[in-house]
Amino acid sequence: MSIISARMRGPWTLFKKELLRFWRVSFQTVAAPVMTALLYLLVFSHVLEGRVQVHGLNYTSFLIPGLIMMSVLQNAFANSSSSLIQSKVMGNLVFVLLTPLSYLEFFLAFLLASVVRGVAVGLGIYLVAIVFIDLPMAHPLLVLMFAVAGSAFLGAFGIIAGIWADKFDQMAAFQNFIIMPLSFLSGVFYSIHSLPPFWQTVSHLNPFFYMIDGFRYGFFGVSDISPLISLSIVLGSFFAISWLALTMLKSGYKLRG
Amino acid sequence: MIPAIKIEQVQKHYGALQALKGIDLTIEQGEFFALLGPNGAGKSTLINLLAGLIKPTSGKLAVMGFDVQADYRQARHALGVVPQELVFDPFFNVREMLRFQAGYFGRGPENDEWVDEIIECLGLADKAHTNMRKLSGGMKRRALIAQALAHRPPVIVLDEPTAGVDVELRQMLWEFIKRLNRDGHTVILTTHYLEEAETLCSRVAMMKQGQIIALDTTANLLKKIPGKNLRLKLSAALPESLRPLLRHEEAFEYMLALTEVTQVEAVLAQIRQAAIAVEDMQLIEADLEDVFVDLVSKP
Ligand SMILES: Nc1ncnc2c1ncn2[C@@H]1O[C@H](COP(=O)(O)OP(=O)(O)OP(=O)(O)O)[C@@H](O)[C@H]1O
Ligand SMILES: [Mg+2]
Repeated sequence: MSIISARMRGPWTLFKKELLRFWRVSFQTVAAPVMTALLYLLVFSHVLEGRVQVHGLNYTSFLIPGLIMMSVLQNAFANSSSSLIQSKVMGNLVFVLLTPLSYLEFFLAFLLASVVRGVAVGLGIYLVAIVFIDLPMAHPLLVLMFAVAGSAFLGAFGIIAGIWADKFDQMAAFQNFIIMPLSFLSGVFYSIHSLPPFWQTVSHLNPFFYMIDGFRYGFFGVSDISPLISLSIVLGSFFAISWLALTMLKSGYKLRG
Repeated sequence: MIPAIKIEQVQKHYGALQALKGIDLTIEQGEFFALLGPNGAGKSTLINLLAGLIKPTSGKLAVMGFDVQADYRQARHALGVVPQELVFDPFFNVREMLRFQAGYFGRGPENDEWVDEIIECLGLADKAHTNMRKLSGGMKRRALIAQALAHRPPVIVLDEPTAGVDVELRQMLWEFIKRLNRDGHTVILTTHYLEEAETLCSRVAMMKQGQIIALDTTANLLKKIPGKNLRLKLSAALPESLRPLLRHEEAFEYMLALTEVTQVEAVLAQIRQAAIAVEDMQLIEADLEDVFVDLVSKP
């Protein structure tokens, strides 16, 4: 006897396949990003520790949550986008398109796998970091909520990019010209209060900023913006982008000609 | 009984290109049906429409009575499609792919026995744990067929299943597919090997430039054409008087269509009269290929 009903088995199977897909190569998909984040941490904290304080925190402590969240977001995006573009280029997306899965089930399976990958990478960095650094966690539930909501946003964003891109270089452009700037200009490495007013305003238009600011609040209980406002903005952005992704999937855009 | 496939007035346009120009076709349950036509005729387009991979510009398609758009879930449950391209997922092995494929259709562990059975029947047993990437082309083709069958669909569509497959495997595939047909599955295939269609399929549709130009039982189609082919290799060009019988020619080799064997006498007499020598001669039974060539080469 199985706990999964026949109706749920379809989307469940797709979710499981998407999980296995990155887990089989977890050295690249989880270990490598953890390594990258730790290198950032090592270099930046070594250079700036003792010279910079943010929100009254020493710089290394300030940096860690931002780095974790940046990796969570980038990996959540990478998971859905690379899976879709690969199966489009290889042609094997047809195996899923031939099935009775609805566009909503398709969306949820890819989205959840992205969340799992993002959270797994984040957890990996956190576990390694706390070996070396004393890191408080004032509001664990908020930390989890921001990690899940943020990676869901990026997972949905990755689905849109994966549907839209026809070639790997288009995807690389998406990654380099949208995802990277948004994640670097989100206050990972600094508090936006240290920016000139114009760039502060620009930062407020970046949803990544709220994800990172709220996530950091979960650790230290201090932030640039009230965490509830941040959470509302992150959730609002998630619903907006999900609506766009679902509209694309429903219409069959680029997938069912 | 509800037809396995019902296609009504289906058109598919790609910009200015009319890939399908109004197709009507009904295929009954249990049929073994062949879709023939030259490259670009629109066979794959028709199959992709049935599978819901593309949308028709106009018209309706149904599988086992289920509209492929409105009732897409039931329609797709009823349909197993083997795509023409050799696509595969490089992350997984054969058995995993088959279980996933069954799982997408809501089938769980209770289906594993069937998965093992198709693995066995398609000669994939020793490759079950091999990554898809490492399979040879023919093995990939078998895995593709297995994937289409994983959810036990009553209607099976194979888009050129024997392209790039060696003779031995082709025999095995046909035995397997014949068995599925005997067990009650409706089988629809496209192929460029006409003798396959002739020996296996009870009914044939011939397509050309987005239209069905012939639709009949294999037997009737064969009846429509003159029964014998006379192949001649001559020392000089064929006499003008025999040109109306000509089916095709190559250098001084000619294929003439005869309605009965007794015509041979008259043909030879005319050649002798023209003082042309017969260097080689063969009398061949006409086959589906001749029908095909006749129809397709007509303007
Ligand atoms: N996505 C597409 N965009 C534009 N034109 C297309 C597309 N797919 C197919 N066509 C065109 O539609 C026509 C029918 O193609 P189709 O693939 O159905 O032919 P086919 O009968 O399967 O040929 P083959 O025997 O080579 O497989 C061709 O002219 C083809 O170029
Ligand atoms: Mg084709």
